[in-house]
Amino acid sequence: MRVNFTVNGRPQEADDVWEGESLLYVLRERLGLPGSKNACEQGECGSCTVRLDGVPVCSCLVAAGQVEGREVVTVEGLADFAKQRAEHGGCATGACGSAEKAGTSLDAAKQWAAKGHDSQTGEGVELSPIQEAFIDAGAVQCGFCTPGLLVAADEMLERNPNPSDADIREALSGNLCRCTGYEKIMDAVRLAAARQSAPEGV
Amino acid sequence: MDFLRPASWEEALAAKAEHPTAVPIAGGTDVMVEINFDHRRPEYLLDLNRIGELSEWEVGEESVRLGASVPYTQIMENLRGELPGLALASHTVASPQIRNRGGVGGNLGTASPAGDAHPALLAAGAEVEVESVRGSRLIPIDEFYTGVKRNALAADELIRAVHVKKADGPQQYSKVGTRNAMVIAVCAFGLALHPRTRTVRTGIGSAAPTPVRAKTAEDFLNAALEEGGFWDNGKIITPSVAKQFADLCSAACNPIDDVRGTASYRRHAVGIMARRTLTWTWESYRGTAAATEGVA
Amino acid sequence: MADTRTTGIPSKVTQGSKTKGGIGESTLRPDGTLKVTGEFAYSSDMWHEDMLWGQILRSTVAHAEIVSIDTSEALAQPGVYAVMTYDDLPTAVKNYGLEIQDTPVLAHGRVRHHGEPVAIVAADHPETARRAAAKIKVEYRELPVITDEASATAPDAILIHDNRDDHHIGHVPHPNIVHRQPIIRGNADEAAKKADFVVKGEYTFGMQDQAFLGPESGLAVPGEDGGVDLYIATQWLHSDLRQIAPVLGLPEDKVRMTLSGVGGAFGGREDLSMQIHACLLALRTGKPVKIVYNRFESFFGHVHRHPAKLYYEHGATKDGKLTHMKCRIVLDGGAYASASPAVVGNASSLSVGPYVIDDVDIEAIALYTNNPPCGAMRGFGAVQACFAYEAQMDKLADAVGMDRVEFRQLNAMEQGTIMPTGQPVDSPAPVAELLRRIKAMPLPPERQWESSEGADVRQLPGGLSNTTHGEGVVRGIGYAVGIKNVGFSEGFDDYSTAKVRMEVVGGEPVATVHTAMAEVGQGGVTVHAQIARTELGVTQVTIQPADTQVGSAGSTSASRQTYVTGGAVKNSCELVREKVLELGRRKFGTYHPAWATAELLLEGGKVVTDGGEVLADLADVLEGEAVEVEAEWRHRPTEAFDLRTGQGFGHVQYSFAAHRAVVEVDTELGLVKVVELACAQDVGKALNPLSVVGQIQGGTTQGLGVAVMEEIIVDPKTAKVRNPSFTDYLIPTILDTPTIPVDVLELADDHAPYGLRGIGEAPTLSSTPAVLAAIRNATGLELNRTPVRPEHLTGTA
Repeated sequence: MRVNFTVNGRPQEADDVWEGESLLYVLRERLGLPGSKNACEQGECGSCTVRLDGVPVCSCLVAAGQVEGREVVTVEGLADFAKQRAEHGGCATGACGSAEKAGTSLDAAKQWAAKGHDSQTGEGVELSPIQEAFIDAGAVQCGFCTPGLLVAADEMLERNPNPSDADIREALSGNLCRCTGYEKIMDAVRLAAARQSAPEGV
Repeated sequence: MDFLRPASWEEALAAKAEHPTAVPIAGGTDVMVEINFDHRRPEYLLDLNRIGELSEWEVGEESVRLGASVPYTQIMENLRGELPGLALASHTVASPQIRNRGGVGGNLGTASPAGDAHPALLAAGAEVEVESVRGSRLIPIDEFYTGVKRNALAADELIRAVHVKKADGPQQYSKVGTRNAMVIAVCAFGLALHPRTRTVRTGIGSAAPTPVRAKTAEDFLNAALEEGGFWDNGKIITPSVAKQFADLCSAACNPIDDVRGTASYRRHAVGIMARRTLTWTWESYRGTAAATEGVA
Repeated sequence: MADTRTTGIPSKVTQGSKTKGGIGESTLRPDGTLKVTGEFAYSSDMWHEDMLWGQILRSTVAHAEIVSIDTSEALAQPGVYAVMTYDDLPTAVKNYGLEIQDTPVLAHGRVRHHGEPVAIVAADHPETARRAAAKIKVEYRELPVITDEASATAPDAILIHDNRDDHHIGHVPHPNIVHRQPIIRGNADEAAKKADFVVKGEYTFGMQDQAFLGPESGLAVPGEDGGVDLYIATQWLHSDLRQIAPVLGLPEDKVRMTLSGVGGAFGGREDLSMQIHACLLALRTGKPVKIVYNRFESFFGHVHRHPAKLYYEHGATKDGKLTHMKCRIVLDGGAYASASPAVVGNASSLSVGPYVIDDVDIEAIALYTNNPPCGAMRGFGAVQACFAYEAQMDKLADAVGMDRVEFRQLNAMEQGTIMPTGQPVDSPAPVAELLRRIKAMPLPPERQWESSEGADVRQLPGGLSNTTHGEGVVRGIGYAVGIKNVGFSEGFDDYSTAKVRMEVVGGEPVATVHTAMAEVGQGGVTVHAQIARTELGVTQVTIQPADTQVGSAGSTSASRQTYVTGGAVKNSCELVREKVLELGRRKFGTYHPAWATAELLLEGGKVVTDGGEVLADLADVLEGEAVEVEAEWRHRPTEAFDLRTGQGFGHVQYSFAAHRAVVEVDTELGLVKVVELACAQDVGKALNPLSVVGQIQGGTTQGLGVAVMEEIIVDPKTAKVRNPSFTDYLIPTILDTPTIPVDVLELADDHAPYGLRGIGEAPTLSSTPAVLAAIRNATGLELNRTPVRPEHLTGTA
């Protein structure tokens, strides 16, 4: 069958799709977007998380035919998505929550800022704040869980810009990581939240 | 395999009538796992995502008519007051990503004893609205589950909505899993106080071939509460009553040993959850619950 | 220009720290941007025009004779390009294996474990390949299954492998025992007479899975020269190559291997998985073939951590001094040998733990059974032993009436202690200090789950499942410490190779580092760049993709890569530096006498004297001339353990970590919340502090997993795996993982490059027993198995 949908703002058409294929397979194998990862294909790891009409979902559990006419954002489009959100007053979807709960102090967040980037990271590439924070905080090791975590964390910060630690853990409880023990991921989300609430970025 | 994409409920019913073997897919959180892992190759997939009304709910006088595809996230966020037991159960479903897709219709359609919504529906009291081209009917939740992963649906019927009684008293839900998030129930327990009818209802998950109510336990407790005038005097339920209720809930289980837990543990855990949820709801009913109620 | 230098002695010249981004700094990953944008190409992301998909048909039973295989219907399917069985293998080499080549590429006449590869299919779509595989008819005649020591060593036991001719068969008591290593030192029976207290225990360690997130996968592309290019996720390219090429009947230079992105490994990629199958199908069809396991298949596609039974006896005097130790460790290696012999060596030689005990009687064996094959996983034999000896330490301390930490400190090894193998510990062994440090860390507040709005279930046992609001919850605290060897032991020629090039690009001096090291997430690529900056005084370093166009780097395992390939990069940089200085002397030596007289360094892109005087810009020295060195580097040699006494200088370095676990247990439901898991570890020298902490936290969490949830469950009646999925094989989520404060100690090992110590595995050892000790502390239960399940805490097992 044929499926037409929008990925990262661009209309896409996939042909000869087998009816049992998942959105994940179509993204990875038909559209050349392998950023969403195939770690479990049973909705138990979150590595394939994308936003479907704005909502984070496991793309391995969405049948390809179900995305006809819908909008998908993958990790490949996350930087653009975040940029557009920033340009539209901090909220691309209009679904941002209020900022009342206590987050990480800016001082705590600044400890990484001074280190800057390795000469081989990130030059000339525009990243979203959460992507920057994952690199800066050391939240990436093998990186296989990273795309899904980024999509999920970015969406959480959109809803809840000042999350408590328990909020972060709950929001990311559908994303398994086997390398980091999650501590640096916590650091990264706290960092992104702190930078986001800083007047001019840190 | 064929992929059917009805644009309306009527089209969906027609498609299901024409292809009774078609497997409905909404959130996909059960069906796609089976396809990805090669456990199932249906002739037809019947996509229900394009039928908007399935993702809507209406709050009525007596009950909430909850569309079959309303995602668990929506239930948690929007129906906490009306359906507190189901909202708590929804919060225990898998992960945020799954809760964004899955709905009660899928739980009912699959009818796995481990489905998280069942104990809450049994405890609250609910009817499942099913329909086919032949017509529509309401199936009481107590009659819905007919066997392991079997339900009362006819081959040409689809689940349209579930009518859940609005809470008239405190409700609670607990689930045991061997992980603190994203876990399938080893067993689960739902409890609802119905002060208006002066009854207590229960629901047990994953501890029998189907989701079940602990009816003997309910009868015992209803009698004990009535006899002691508890509904009126709001006294603390005596430990011996709570214990006997818990024991009777354990006795209502008919569990198996499997890779997720032993039968013996399931019986034990259901008893503990029965006692705790009874305490929490009763304390809440007595109006002194502020200090013990869970958050998040 | 290839040089070889095989010394383990570090260079005397100390390059300074003036070059930005050198060792000791927390520089960021060079692959970080690619990984956060989704552009990093993992092995499952490979794609090729016109490629086919490979599918493996696996045995549905654990032990059976294959009566017949009929592939005709599968071959007749439209879209199917090839179906291959054992009979289609092209050469006489039909087995592979890390040490013992006992693993059939495709089953021949018999299957020995559930999920063994029987046939392979290539088709134009994965679904076509799956449907075709399902149409292959295999008739099995089932055999009785061997699942434990008793059934494996029974006099009439079926032999898992007939006619063994490996070099262990001569010293094992039964052909169903892969390897046996005794270690006898002193006289344990005599010493036992001095004991005032004797503690015996029997412990069980469940089968853990590496559960790396990136499934086994790769792409094989047939070459015009009859060879094949393989893009693959592995831990050791050259080890794969040595096993693949003979099966294909190709010389090694016609099997060109390139490392793709690796989605974690943890030992699970030390053995081959789909490598040979993809190559066979590519060569047969003449088309590129991609194979990607799904999670279900991944559980069958790699070896697991050996489950073990451990029998321990310790004695202590009333003053708390250990008198003796006897132990017997039975590891279940499953159907094929994999790394079992080396795991036995580790389990036996590290079975005493980081303690001083002069009189020991130790035996470790690995069995052949019909259970899933087991091999390498982070901690490698030392993990199982640590779980048991640390439980013993608590019991002994209690028997003596001493504080559990003080008891350990009293018996802690230190530099100079003689190991049970007779080998002295010749670098710092700060065991007592690590224990002191974790004990001194502040404890998390009591009732940490209480919030202003009531109990926050997310911070209670059961988490979001809402099982307790504080009822039944009891806190417990536990301590543990462990010892792990670093690098390949027992006389293995454990070398690595680095090619380093220095040249001017765009007016700037640039270093290029090329090794075959498998970057599996650990951050080796980050550290290599740091070493090159420090040693060559440049800021721009390019890390070449790892492939087999350069010499072997050895395995990314045994906590060895920073030590050994880091050592090789350092060594090659030093050789490059000498050549650069030679070049400088030739070009500019006449301009300044210091070229001939002073100790010269490369720093900040310049040649400087050790007094800081600038002699030349590196760009000028290198103008028009690149310098390149490829050299092998080895650490100090080790030797085999004596097969009767276990004596021998078998290990090159040790690594130590200690943990304190704070748990809250719902004692009624048997659910556990780990509240904090503090770790102190000696790392010798933290080349990249951020990465060091990341490794420690990750290793700690894998130890937590096997303490409370992770276990592959094998049905003892059928030897079939019951939970091959992420639904039923659970690994910790972010809500199961506590804060992990880390205290890093840096006591240099003078034998190692920069004084560093391999760090990746030690934290996986002590984490598990610390959590178990904390649960015992909360519940008062003995708990002699891991993982502990709710059943064990509620008497409902």
